[in-house]
Amino acid sequence: MTQYMLSVPGNVDDPMPSDDVMQQMFKDVEAFNETVRAAGKWVFAGGLEPITTATTVDATGESPTVTDGPYSEAKEFLGGFWIIEAADLDEALTWAKQGSAACGGRVEVRPFSPA
Amino acid sequence: MTGPALEAALGADAVADVVRTEYGRVVAGLIRRFGDIGLAEDALGDALVVALERWPRDGVPPNPAGWLTTTATRKALDHLRREKVRDEKYAEATMLTDDTPPEPTGPVTDDRLRLIFTCCHPALAEPARVALTLRLLGGLTVGEIASAFLVPETTMAQRITRAKAKIAKARIPYRVPEQDDLAERLDGVLAVLYLIYNEGYLSSGADTADRPDLAAEAIRLTRAVRSLARGIGSPPEVDGLLALMLLGSARRPARIGPDGSLVTLDEQDRALWDAGLIDEGHALVRECLRRGRPGPYQLQAAIQAVHTDALDVSLTDWSQVVALYDQLLALAPTPVVALNRAVAVAELDGPQVALAVVDGLGLTAYAPWHATRADLLRRLGRADDASRAYAAAIATTDNPAERAWLGRRRETLGGPTSPP
Repeated sequence: MTQYMLSVPGNVDDPMPSDDVMQQMFKDVEAFNETVRAAGKWVFAGGLEPITTATTVDATGESPTVTDGPYSEAKEFLGGFWIIEAADLDEALTWAKQGSAACGGRVEVRPFSPA
Repeated sequence: MTGPALEAALGADAVADVVRTEYGRVVAGLIRRFGDIGLAEDALGDALVVALERWPRDGVPPNPAGWLTTTATRKALDHLRREKVRDEKYAEATMLTDDTPPEPTGPVTDDRLRLIFTCCHPALAEPARVALTLRLLGGLTVGEIASAFLVPETTMAQRITRAKAKIAKARIPYRVPEQDDLAERLDGVLAVLYLIYNEGYLSSGADTADRPDLAAEAIRLTRAVRSLARGIGSPPEVDGLLALMLLGSARRPARIGPDGSLVTLDEQDRALWDAGLIDEGHALVRECLRRGRPGPYQLQAAIQAVHTDALDVSLTDWSQVVALYDQLLALAPTPVVALNRAVAVAELDGPQVALAVVDGLGLTAYAPWHATRADLLRRLGRADDASRAYAAAIATTDNPAERAWLGRRRETLGGPTSPP
């Protein structure tokens, strides 16, 4: 088994979805989460607050700095993710298709490097 | 050549033959056993070095592929022992492969079928799929693949290395897909083979008209996939693709003129066509028709069969060609298919009707679109417009044979022409 991160990008230009859409999405995602748990593939998952809440810390220099905002100027940022167990990429892709449909967003699939 | 020199040459030829015909089978078996593409390739490379030393001296063994498998297996085991990671590697290998026990080779379980689905996995970019398929299944060297696709060898090496690393790290599986995904995944495999063939049929580069070696390789791999696909119900699209390739290759001797320019279907000397390939292609098309499950490759092959059935262009059954294009357009509604259909429509309903269709397609970056327009305009007596369209066609292709043909057509327009 390999662990894969299924990440869902957000975009600073995305409009805020309506309450109804949000409620449906939460329901669909929870149903998907339940399927992942029932299959014994669940490791961890979470949704993140908007990128406007990000703070960047840099302790690579002489004294650590703390900056308001993300480390990347990109419009896309990590919106949420699942970490799952899967036998191989095909299984991870099958889960990712279901996750993408549930959350209404694209999903990027990446393997974790072995511990 | 006499004595050792002759034997050495025979040995080298025998090695080259085995590499061409058996590389895929041997490397696929090694990948299956060791679960590591890099290790399998290195071990087979070592075994080939030994073969080059021994075969000229001792003669070629009766079963060269078996000999290579045994020798490469020993090399791989040596390597694993040396690295002292044998246990870890074995553990990894069992995870990398699937959980079914090794099976005897046969049409159903041939390791090459697993390997081609790995090489053509949708998680790999298309150029990587093409390169991996030629490298691992076709046994072409990285240098040969690089020169076929006109990219620097270092670029091609990186592309292949990156793809192999992704297969290992993301765990792209080494198996025939589940029934649910099979049709779609097989389409992906056929698309890669067709891409390889097309690059062989009409090269995209400026150096050469075509690359018959690449077309032949695509046909060889398609034949292999066809025989392997018996284990998964022989999908008729595989036959369709093979027929399409054979019928295209059959016309090769007539496609390039003595001056190196392209000769279009209507002007080809049909006596030069390869009757054997045409017979084989026609037999496949008939079998496809009998099975009654048409698909895009089968329909394109059927169109080629109509063309190659006519001993003279005037005998072409254009209504049949248009009917087949109608079917193809329903399955694959692309502007390129619509353009090819319009060429046949011009024969049935005249150039004016066809031109209206072609103008609506707007494929301005596609040389055949300009060339088709040019020809229709020429037939309508609009020489100036035709000349401009030929010029646009020449500007959109690098292929030397295509450029030569377009230039010649433009020159023979006659009458006053204005600069483009």
